[in-house]
Amino acid sequence: MRFAGRAVAIEQDNVDTDVLYPGSYLNIEDPDLMSPHLFEGLDPALRDEMAPDTILVVGANFGTGSSREHVPLAMRASGVSCLVGKSFARIFRRNCLNLGLPLVDCPDAVIRTETGARVEVDLDAGVVMVDGDLFTVAPMPDFMRRMVAAGGLIPWLRAGAA
Amino acid sequence: MPHTLAEKILLAHSEADDLSPGDIVMVRVDTVLANDVSGPIAFRQMEKIGARRVFDPARVVMVADHFVPAKDARSAALQKRLKEWAQDQGVAYYDQGRGGIEHTLLAEEGWIVPGEVIVGGDSHTCTYGALGAFGSGLGSTDIAAALANGEIWQPVPATIRVRFDGRKGGFVSGKDLILAVIAEIGVAGATNAVLEFVGEGARELTIDERLAVANMAVEAGAETGLFPADEVTRAYLSDRLTRRWDELRSDDDAEMAGHVRVDVGALGPLVAAPHSPGNVVPLADVAGTLVEQVYIGNCANGTITDLRQAAAVFRGRRVHPRSRAVVVPATQTIFRQAMREGLLDVFAEAGAMVSTPTCGACFGGGMGVLAADETAVATTNRNFRGRMGSPEASVYLANAHVAAAAAVAGELVDPGELIEAPAS
Repeated sequence: MRFAGRAVAIEQDNVDTDVLYPGSYLNIEDPDLMSPHLFEGLDPALRDEMAPDTILVVGANFGTGSSREHVPLAMRASGVSCLVGKSFARIFRRNCLNLGLPLVDCPDAVIRTETGARVEVDLDAGVVMVDGDLFTVAPMPDFMRRMVAAGGLIPWLRAGAA
Repeated sequence: MPHTLAEKILLAHSEADDLSPGDIVMVRVDTVLANDVSGPIAFRQMEKIGARRVFDPARVVMVADHFVPAKDARSAALQKRLKEWAQDQGVAYYDQGRGGIEHTLLAEEGWIVPGEVIVGGDSHTCTYGALGAFGSGLGSTDIAAALANGEIWQPVPATIRVRFDGRKGGFVSGKDLILAVIAEIGVAGATNAVLEFVGEGARELTIDERLAVANMAVEAGAETGLFPADEVTRAYLSDRLTRRWDELRSDDDAEMAGHVRVDVGALGPLVAAPHSPGNVVPLADVAGTLVEQVYIGNCANGTITDLRQAAAVFRGRRVHPRSRAVVVPATQTIFRQAMREGLLDVFAEAGAMVSTPTCGACFGGGMGVLAADETAVATTNRNFRGRMGSPEASVYLANAHVAAAAAVAGELVDPGELIEAPAS
């Protein structure tokens, strides 16, 4: 699995799901109606950076807090294809993988990346390229890689993999 | 091979012959929970899986608690969907006025059995660790899989052992114990791990206080926060459930990923200052901070114990003219207990607003959200920027004694300036 796109960088550590998608909008069910509220408590201008090939490059413990799936649903609806981070909070990581939204832990690549950089992620080879510079990442566990390759938990279950 | 308590629970719920941290296994779940926010999204995902019925209606429970009572038509539609789905599936459903905040409610209602696995579409499902159960907070797609198949994929967590030495005194509560832990290890300190609470200071905690401690395990990044079930657990559960359960604990030589020790006897009230539950300071450091709103409630600290602590401060006193106070009993049962004890009248006489059980303003949903430049003291579990309303508001997390004292003084003060410390 390979992803390539334009980086949008969020440098802070411990970015929580409340600033990514405030609680007052949790009564929205349609992902297309969620995306106008993405990043609302963090920096609404980030929404203008979203494009169909966006790779979000984020700090440590990204997505800490609530289990609200609205965050990765809104990201996917906004065009985010992959996340590269220093590290991710547990539930946020699960939610992304379950929705077929891959994420990789690569602190060195994050430090090197600014918004606008060209980022390529190769999950099979375990590498991240930032404007031509190569960084290696620990291989994603087989289970997660197969699930993401299937498109997420639901297609993986439908295929009878469990 | 020696095992931790968490490993023993997961091993008993999987087909694996053995397991260790980092392994990914399929785990059978005993109970699946969702609410008016996580439920409706999970139902749609379940349809996409192709499952028409839940795996076992007796093991599924739905609770309307987040936008209750509905603040607008959209929120009302979510609750309508939750109710109709629950009735169609034949699963348990707690409507407004009949239940309360999910985590306090499920413990109270006997859904939580030591040694069992409970998954919930809410990050504070870790609260069930208070009863020695593996409570895991998950998103809606995971919940959909659990509803359909009765199992989830599960990375086996490591265990960080937290030893509470000594006995707490003064105005110290479960809230202060868990804040001390988060201060020590940080908001990501227990990622890929569970916390396990042991020692004299853990054993002497009531279940209400254990709920407060386990509830905020996720604020350290932990999957759950386990109190090995003991005689305190047994006494609490004796009239709540009839199912048999064992007092499981970690093997003496089980491998721990880390150790934390808190000298509970030396602890004073702590406060998490804006805008992180990890921004923990002694109360004295922020004394004098002016306060516009006090919020006493939520799945961490809306128990009868918390309401009694708050009432001890409010009794015969008034909420300061600068401040307003909102008191939210976590469940209908607690609400009625507080009424019988006269606590609700104490709050009302003091000029505090008493709310029906709801998640409400804790997550900015309604029932008391904050304006820009306002400061609140809350017994809740998160003070992220914008969590309770305006991104320009500030929230301090504290125990119920401290919160009530702030309401009376209009500023953060040591409760000892108002009342005698309770005997410990």
